[in-house]
Amino acid sequence: MPKWFQPATLVCGLMFAATPFVIASAPYESTMGLVQKVFYYHMPSAWMFLGSSIVCGIASVRFLASGDARHDRTALAAAEMAVLFGLLTLVTGPLWARKAWGTWWVWDARVTSSLVGWMIAWAYLILRQYGGPGSEKLAAGLALFGMANVPFIYISVNYWRTIHPATTVVPKLPFSMGFPLIFCLAAFTLLLVLLMKLRMRVAEQQSRLDSLYLSLDEQR
Amino acid sequence: MIRAVWLIVRKDVTVEVRSRELAYTTVFFAISCVLVFAFSLVQEGRAAPGVGPGVLWMAIMFAGNLALGRTFERERQSETLRALMLVPAPRPAVYLGKLAGIVVLLTLTEIVLVPLVALLFQAELLSHPFWLAAVVLAGTFGFASVGTLFAAMLVRARSRDVLLPVLLYPITVPVLIAGVRATVAIAQPDFDADIVRFWFALLVAFDVVFLTLALWTFEPVMTD
Repeated sequence: MPKWFQPATLVCGLMFAATPFVIASAPYESTMGLVQKVFYYHMPSAWMFLGSSIVCGIASVRFLASGDARHDRTALAAAEMAVLFGLLTLVTGPLWARKAWGTWWVWDARVTSSLVGWMIAWAYLILRQYGGPGSEKLAAGLALFGMANVPFIYISVNYWRTIHPATTVVPKLPFSMGFPLIFCLAAFTLLLVLLMKLRMRVAEQQSRLDSLYLSLDEQR
Repeated sequence: MIRAVWLIVRKDVTVEVRSRELAYTTVFFAISCVLVFAFSLVQEGRAAPGVGPGVLWMAIMFAGNLALGRTFERERQSETLRALMLVPAPRPAVYLGKLAGIVVLLTLTEIVLVPLVALLFQAELLSHPFWLAAVVLAGTFGFASVGTLFAAMLVRARSRDVLLPVLLYPITVPVLIAGVRATVAIAQPDFDADIVRFWFALLVAFDVVFLTLALWTFEPVMTD
């Protein structure tokens, strides 16, 4: 049995339990009703999106400072996670907004800055894919700017007059809604960590394979 | 440090004065952009109301992207980039020198663009010239500070022509938004200085953040 099998089983169990048991048993919100439950997916994925953008930025700084390829692999894995969870955020957001705001998309500060952050993460991957040799360093520079956007996304709802719910909503939730949220947050965090670990392992094995090929060429 | 910056600016200006390649191509491209927008947005002799500021900023960003790519392409083609990197001055001085050159070039372009947009789109851009100059300069500086960093980074990358806008536009969206909002507020018949001041302050804040990040990043990414 591979080493990752048990953690993967745990995360799968938690993720599968989230919707039919934990979220389903949460009470309906008084004005929005059923559609409010998207929130239990939307907020955790938004947090994972912001978290992985920060991880990507910090790992890039360390990569630029030390030149250690390990930090570069972390940054790459984090950028892929940022694209994945950013997509989840940007899909679940409009699903909720259609019902709550009456429109799919609003150009308010948080929605716009999230879209920009997601595009930066995607640009990071495009640069790495098509930039040719040496692009990992350039991508690390880009990741810094992506990280600078994160605090802006977070505070934007509190400083601008927007229709996106503010960050102060979360601590005020009653326990019956707070528990599913925390459960989903924990499950998403574990999912992020697991996916990151697996992705970093793939990258590590790739680089090991590359160096093996190189040494094989030298021996010939 | 300041001397090194000045020498790099002077070098770029001398090269440019002799060939006039960048100035001509950038200005001409910017004018063509505005004309394309005019043909698509002006119907039956009247521009759609309020599009002027947007057109101005789009033209600045498109022309800026082109100019940024060309400046460093020129260094690469004549193989002077290595020499530039060997200059016995701190790396940030090279960055600042290049940035100053780009800002000067884009400012020249804007001197042509602003009256043209005001004329073709019936926008009251020039009712508050000092505010407009401040806003346009701050926006140009923010755009160019990120742009110079990325254009320099990408100089040796594959498919750099298409990668530059792919990286540059998402990051400079905040500058575009603040610039357009401030310019819209300037062009309003009932001028509200508070709104302009708010967006201008935001632009300056973006400039500071972008410049700081770029100065940090320039040295490690330009070292082989």
